[in-house]
Amino acid sequence: MAEVKVIGSSASLFCLRVEWALKFKGVEYEYLEEDLRNKSPMLLKYNPVYKKIPVLLHHDKSIPESLVILDYVEETWKDNPLMPEDPYEKATARFWAKFADEKCIFGAWGACRAEGEEKEKAIESAIESFKFLEKQIEGKKFFSGEQIGYLDLVLGWIPIYLNVMEEVGDMKLVGAERFPLLHEWSQNFIETPLIKECSPARDKLVNYFTASLSYLRSLETKKQ
Amino acid sequence: MADDLILLNLWSSPFGMRVRIALAEKGLDYELIEEDLSNKSPLLLKMNPVRKQIPVLIHKGRPICESLIIVQYIDEVWRHKSPLLPSDPYARAKSRFWADYVDKNIYAIGKLVWGATGEIQEAAKKELIEWFKVLEGEVGDKPYFGGDSFGIVDVALIPFYSWFYAVETCGNFSIVAECPKLVSWAKRCMERESVSKSLPDQYKMYCFLLELKTKFQAQ
Repeated sequence: MAEVKVIGSSASLFCLRVEWALKFKGVEYEYLEEDLRNKSPMLLKYNPVYKKIPVLLHHDKSIPESLVILDYVEETWKDNPLMPEDPYEKATARFWAKFADEKCIFGAWGACRAEGEEKEKAIESAIESFKFLEKQIEGKKFFSGEQIGYLDLVLGWIPIYLNVMEEVGDMKLVGAERFPLLHEWSQNFIETPLIKECSPARDKLVNYFTASLSYLRSLETKKQ
Repeated sequence: MADDLILLNLWSSPFGMRVRIALAEKGLDYELIEEDLSNKSPLLLKMNPVRKQIPVLIHKGRPICESLIIVQYIDEVWRHKSPLLPSDPYARAKSRFWADYVDKNIYAIGKLVWGATGEIQEAAKKELIEWFKVLEGEVGDKPYFGGDSFGIVDVALIPFYSWFYAVETCGNFSIVAECPKLVSWAKRCMERESVSKSLPDQYKMYCFLLELKTKFQAQ
């Protein structure tokens, strides 16, 4: 029986960062795909509070919430540290991780979902958030420095998911002209072998986001 | 200042209270600067240009933002006294999970209970009671969320005790009737000087929140 398991969904960017962290640490794990429209008793048992993926199982211990999982992985498997050692740099990385999760992911998804005038406003707001990231990468190859680290894994959804959200949501948020540094980081990031190895296929993501958007819009229509 | 610490704060902010509690637990000296959020100081805008929010802890001239990130920073730098996180990785993960749970759920919903009216308030009240019951289930009969030691989950949640009178009065319900163990836990925390000195009086908070509520409704 595998010591480490990840309960996840192959379209989820939150699961992807967990898998990347485990791969970087050289931790073998078993991946268990969850059908989110028909949640398994296992998921409900191991994440009774939120009933969401990802959940990391390590022996009989279960840890939900991707950023909590990343901290756990970092503290349990000490090889190839992903986090800076210095407490101030660690706090800074955590700040940007929280900011990006709250403002960039939900900003982009919000802009994707919105329509009409609201969409314009949502796009503008999301772009403002990404500007902060562009500034953060200035002078560095990766957010964590010379090598990929915690913050790169947390932001790693950008090169893989953002373009899909832009296509599905019929919008432009982050392009090479407007965000050249972010674009360069994205190229460096996705070319890294470990990252390439377990990134989901683009067409799968397009299908997933298209279906999610239709579903959400149909719910909104029903409410009206 | 011996520890070279400045805290940009607002007396009524539960997030600021978290940092004050953590600093007090560690016995740290710091300069407390009260911000006027309707007229943010150049220092605040310089130290937190991204979110422009309090609390901000400035240590040796460098800012740390976001209350739970600040609390973890304090715990890591001054590890030798009153640790706020356990040393075992799994216990730490559980602490982080529950602190994050408080962060994601309590503020927004609590605000609607004292701040909104009608159906929105009623729905928020039901949800808040639900979240409180989950937390009550987690602390159970233990002295604190982490067991015998006061820790980050307690630090994250106890500031909202200063809202209890306001949410009960505005929402017309009794928290002790719904969640007696949670109230016992809160009173136990209040016996700690770090907590009692960092939380404002509940009635003072109630008056302040009512003022805010009136302002929002007028807008």
